[in-house]
Parts: sequence; structure tokens; C-alpha cells
Amino acid sequence: MSKNKPLVEMIDIHKWFGRVYALQGVDFTVNHAEVVGLVGDNGAGKSTLMKILSGLYPPDKGEIYFDGKKVKFSSPKDAMNLGIETIYQDIAIAPLMNITRNVFMGRELERKIGPISFLDLRRMERESLNALRNLGLEIEDMKMPVENLSGGQRQGVVIARAMYFKSKLLILDEPTNNLSVKESLRVLEFIRELKNQNISSVFITHNLHHVYPVADKIVVLSHGKKVGEFRKEETSIEHITHLITLG
Amino acid sequence: MTLNARKLTIALLQRKEISITIISLITISFFYSLQPKFLSPANVDVLLKITPELGIPALGVTLLMIAGEFDLSVGSVFAFTSLFTTLLLEMGVNPWLSVLLALGACSLIGLSHGLITVKTGIPSFITTLGGLLVWRGVALVITGGLPKFFAMPTEFTNIMAGKITTFLHAQMLWFFGIAIIFLLILERHKFGNWIYSTGGKKDAARAMGINTDKVKIICFILSSFTAGLGGIIQSARLNQALPNQGEGLEFDAIAAAVIGGTSLFGGAGTIIGTIIGEYLSRIIENGLIIIRAPSYYFRLYIGIVVIIAVIINLYIQRRAIRIRG
Repeated sequence: MSKNKPLVEMIDIHKWFGRVYALQGVDFTVNHAEVVGLVGDNGAGKSTLMKILSGLYPPDKGEIYFDGKKVKFSSPKDAMNLGIETIYQDIAIAPLMNITRNVFMGRELERKIGPISFLDLRRMERESLNALRNLGLEIEDMKMPVENLSGGQRQGVVIARAMYFKSKLLILDEPTNNLSVKESLRVLEFIRELKNQNISSVFITHNLHHVYPVADKIVVLSHGKKVGEFRKEETSIEHITHLITLG
Repeated sequence: MTLNARKLTIALLQRKEISITIISLITISFFYSLQPKFLSPANVDVLLKITPELGIPALGVTLLMIAGEFDLSVGSVFAFTSLFTTLLLEMGVNPWLSVLLALGACSLIGLSHGLITVKTGIPSFITTLGGLLVWRGVALVITGGLPKFFAMPTEFTNIMAGKITTFLHAQMLWFFGIAIIFLLILERHKFGNWIYSTGGKKDAARAMGINTDKVKIICFILSSFTAGLGGIIQSARLNQALPNQGEGLEFDAIAAAVIGGTSLFGGAGTIIGTIIGEYLSRIIENGLIIIRAPSYYFRLYIGIVVIIAVIINLYIQRRAIRIRG
């Protein structure tokens, strides 16, 4: 892994849905330990671009490089194996299951007893507790069903899961939607913590005020095209709002 | 309350099984007060003998319901498996092999229900409603509607449904053996985590790389398999395969699971809950007979108990959350 090369490079990405030309040659890069805000109005192509990066859709044209190597995903599992984890709007957790079981959903820790592999529940519980603490989430009872947690805490559980499994890139699709102001601030704290741990993230939102405080770089999409890419220092909320609305 | 006492109360309240156990004890005292014969050794022995054959299918149904699907065909598969066995016996197939083939056939039925549901996206309620009619129909065609002699060697009937000592029957070992296996799968194996995730939030499970279609299909197979095994045990006990055996079992099994705390929407439920729910159903059925109430009352009371159990579970869950604060 070379530190000079970007973590992700998407080059000239095109995507059609039937007659809809959703992405019209978009270039998109994420560097190591960088928070990228991906903004644009509804239907601008933000989610489509990220669904391509997370392996949900194949691009119709274009190339993706991850850690300098050309990659092709046939499923989200491929992207996950490389360390790209996506947190969708309708959070990726099962509300009735407890925290531990959610953290390890699909990637359970096991322990052999005789010829059979059983869940290593004690280790899973300990690791979940540590992962949440690393993120600054103080929850003691790992057996608590996730439905008892607040919206911000739930986002925290999912982010802690991505950190535990050593993701290199976290894609957050509208993570502050439907959250109170206070809870949104917590999620922003989590994102800063990700950066401290050298994990890059892409923060998709149409609420510029949420992404502006944490982003290093802001990319603006409009009608399937990239209309702007700025270091935060080079721009202002007013400037970007103008770009989003006028394209 | 001291902190520890509070914690203990919360822990107890969170176990849905506690409330249903209390309901069972009240029900037992009720029948006993009306007719002391209810707790006579002979009657208790009857209860212990007949519960497993109906409880085993409820265990499979529980797994499937946790995975978020229904199986309305278990009563028909229950009959089909026994009758298919007698058909093979009449063709001169070795008795042990006949049973194995019949259990294989009922597993294939589960596979077909699962494949149809998962691949076409038809709700399992409809797929297995079709199954309910089809397999009962096949059972009636096989027999021409008449009971058949379940001509198995004595060793076989002993293994399936023999009396070991008072209060201990072979079918109880099958029931508890399968219960323990399913309990270990659900609570202590990753496949259990996949079942809960699939029923709790399919999209999340998929995004985490769980093959939810496969999980559901396996649960459909287990549901049909346990239904078939229950049918074989009943036929071994009666030495007969009846075309109408297991009628209404689909609802009894779902009722037992729901009384025991399994969610109708998937994602929650326990094996212990279903075991208690099954015994409570059989206690009500048997108690009504013992107090000489007309047999029609059974469905009525089970219906009431299902609703009470669900309400109590919801109430307790909310209280437990409130106490935690």
C-alpha cells in the first residue's frame, strides 16, 4: 500500500438505468484518512456513484482503482473483503437482536468444541464492548436489543462495527437523516474519530451544514455530472449551495 | 429496590418464558381444582406421551418463523409422510428404508416450498397454503381416504414411541433431543445468528454478506422434516397412518410458537418458549376433556390464550424498557 497514491480512484464512471443517464463520466478520488463530503440535490447521482463503489451495481463504463490496484466488484461482499463498508440510510442492523449479535452479523467469531464450531459469545461480547468504547460510545449492556438505543447510538454501533473489521473506507449514506441536532453532532464526532484511526470516509448528504464541519474535501454532483471538487479551505457553504442549486 | 434486585427483576422480566410459565401454572391449578384426576399419574402420562409428536413440528415452525416465513403445510406433511411410508411398505420396501425415504421426501417438499417462496417472491403464507391442500390431497389419493396399518417392526415402534418407564417415553427423547439441537443452533451457532438476522432485517443481513435465501430454504426444509418426523412418531404410537392425521396442526404449531414469544414478523423467538407454549396448548386440550367440556371449546381457549400471551409479552417488554430508564 503506497501512501502517495489515493485510496480510491474512480475514473470516467458512466451508468444508465434504462433511458436515464444517471452518471455521465464522473471522476472521484478519496485519499488516505480523508473525509469526503459528497453533496448534490436529490437525483444528482450521489447514491448511484457510491452503490457502484460498494459493489451493488456494476458501472456501464469506467474503471475503479483501490489502493492502486484495478478492481471489479460482482457483489457487496467483494467490496467488503477489500475493506469498503457501506452504511445505508435504513441502517444495517436488526432492531430485535442484541448489540453483540448485530456487530458480528455475518462475521461471527467461533470457537471449536470437538468437531463443531460454536459462537464464541464471550469474546464477541468483549470485542463489541471495546469497539464501542474506542468510538467513545458508553453502553455497558451488550445484550441489550438495538431497538432500545437512540438513532445516534445505532449509527455508532454500525460505525464501531466497520472500525472493528478494519475497514479502510466507510461510505455513509445520509447518516444524519432523521436525527436530532444533538445526535447528529455525535455522528460527526464518530466520523472525526474514524479519521483519527486512519479510516477514510465518504459522507453522502444533501445537508451541507452537516458535512461542512467534518469534511476535508467536498465533491458536488448535479444531474449525473461532477460540477465541483474543492478542499474545504478553498470554498464556502454559500459557494457550494449556489453550485448545488444551479448545477 | 437495591441495584441487584432491580437488575434481577429486569433480567427476569426480559425472559418472555417467565410469563408463559406462570400462565401454565395457573391453568394447571384451574383444571386440578375442578377435577383432581387431571394430575393423576395416568393422565399426566397421557399428556407426556402425546405432546412430543405435535411439539416436534412446532420446533421446526419456530425456526422458520424466526427467519420471517410461515409454514401452513405442516399438518398435511405430517400425514403425507406416514402415508407415504405405508405406501412404500406395501411395495415391499424395507421398513427402515421406507421411513428414511419418506423423511427424505418430506424434506424435498420443504425444499420445494422454500425454492418457490424465495425465487418467485410469493409470500410463504400462499406457497404453503398451496402445500396444505396439495399434500393433504396426495395423502387422500394414496389411501383412498381410509386408514392404513403402519406395519413396522416392534424395534422401530419402540425407538420412535416406546415406553421406557413411567413418565418417560421414547418420543420425549426425540422431542427434547431436537429441541436441544435447535436451541444450540439458535443461541450458540452462527447459523442461528443468520436466522435471527434474516427474519429481523433481511436487507441488513444481505448487506453483511448473509445468503438470506439459503437461510430461509434450510428453515423450510427443517420445518417440513420435523413435521414428517412428528407424523411418523404418531403413526408408530397408533400403529396406523390416518389420512386426516395432523389436521389443524399448522395453527396449533404457530399458536405454540406465538404463545412462547415468537414474533409473527420474524426476528425473535426461542425454543424454550415454544416448548412451554406447546405443553400449555396440550394442557388446555387435555384439561377440557378431563373436566368434560365439549371438545369444541379447545380452539376457543387456545385463541384466547394466544391473544393474552401476546399482550402480556408486549406489556412486559415495554415495562422492562421503562425500568431500565
